[in-house]
Amino acid sequence: MVLKLHGLSVSTNTARVVACLHEKDVDFELVRVDLFARGNKEPSFLAKNPFGQIPVLEDGDITLFESRAITSYVAEKFKETGTDLIRHESFDEAALVKVWTEVESQQYHPAICPIIYEFFGKPVQGLEPDQAVIDANLEKLEKVLNVYEAKLSSTKYLAGDFYSLADLHHFPYTFYFMKTAWGSAISDRPHVKAWWDDITSRPALKKVAEGMTFGENQ
Amino acid sequence: MATSVKVYGPPISTAVSRVLACLHEKEVPYQLIPVNMAKGEHKKPEYLKIQPFGQVPAFEDEGFALFESRSICRYICEKYAKQGNKGLYGENPLAKASIDQWLEAESHSFSPPSSVLVFQLAFAPRMKLKQDQGAIRQNEEKLKKVLDVYEETLRESRFLAGDDFTLADLSHLPNTHYLVNSSDMGELFTERDNVGRWWSEISSRESWQKVVEMQKPA
Repeated sequence: MVLKLHGLSVSTNTARVVACLHEKDVDFELVRVDLFARGNKEPSFLAKNPFGQIPVLEDGDITLFESRAITSYVAEKFKETGTDLIRHESFDEAALVKVWTEVESQQYHPAICPIIYEFFGKPVQGLEPDQAVIDANLEKLEKVLNVYEAKLSSTKYLAGDFYSLADLHHFPYTFYFMKTAWGSAISDRPHVKAWWDDITSRPALKKVAEGMTFGENQ
Repeated sequence: MATSVKVYGPPISTAVSRVLACLHEKEVPYQLIPVNMAKGEHKKPEYLKIQPFGQVPAFEDEGFALFESRSICRYICEKYAKQGNKGLYGENPLAKASIDQWLEAESHSFSPPSSVLVFQLAFAPRMKLKQDQGAIRQNEEKLKKVLDVYEETLRESRFLAGDDFTLADLSHLPNTHYLVNSSDMGELFTERDNVGRWWSEISSRESWQKVVEMQKPA
């Protein structure tokens, strides 16, 4: 049975899972959840994810929410197909993938997420972006990127000399971030820039990017 | 005791205590190495070599260095799979996926508001810092919504990821401990029947009680 992913292709958290599915060459059906009509707050959706957030993956009898838990599940279940994203043949490398996926989740995400929300999310709701929030988070993001710059000067990717889920998880927010006025935070750091150019040239991520049109038709 | 495992940082840190609780569950002996944060030891070059973000905890196992508390916990469970609490991170891919899902919910839904409250209510007074009442109110509202979802989930199952205590429950111990015991927010947990039952069960585990002892001033 084909996997069902409930979400929206423009959504960062949906895109994180779609990127993983493309890397793994796994067929899936994207079931649109209309956030504007509050489809995510319907009882039938809340039964799948009590937090009422997208995405949700259905695989036969299994229902999962939280994009990073879904990508781990997909990368493990389909470890023999497509790109190896979890280094399942090396215990130490697999542990490093987990470290740097947590770095994305705990260091990078809390800084970049408010910037994207202020810049893209607020105008959609008819609200003014709060520049003070953006500035405070840009400062946090720059500090995280300084650590990345140092790390990426010794290894090609975050967890080591191999592309992994740790890199992939950065894609959706960074993709939108590069459309803001502050993309130089990435492009002015040579090793971070080389890393970003490398991952965005991957066919799987190019394909995801086609659906990430948020903010283009407004 | 001779041991290959080293944890760097003070037990009063929520992230350090998460790792200690996990080591206790898995019956893994370890050496706790103090990091004098008041003296800035976590920003010294020696420390930054094993924890590039200058945070606690850092972790070493036979010289292999890791950081980020949740990835350290996952590593401990996988490396020491055959000892202590064997089901802590599940014993099959499905159980693991469900635990990951709730670990991510802890990380992205529970931790952000509860961490602000822990800082504002438990740590700011000790550090003689002025409390931010706006941040307290805003995060209390966010936390209530998360706990409403937990209440429903815990009505259906004894623990978050099913009928067994897992890493998903364990990861909630550090912040909840401070909110229940060192703030006036304890009722958010104890007034909800199922959350209250769950909290009294998980917090009375020997593994956590040992951490609580370690947190008491010498």
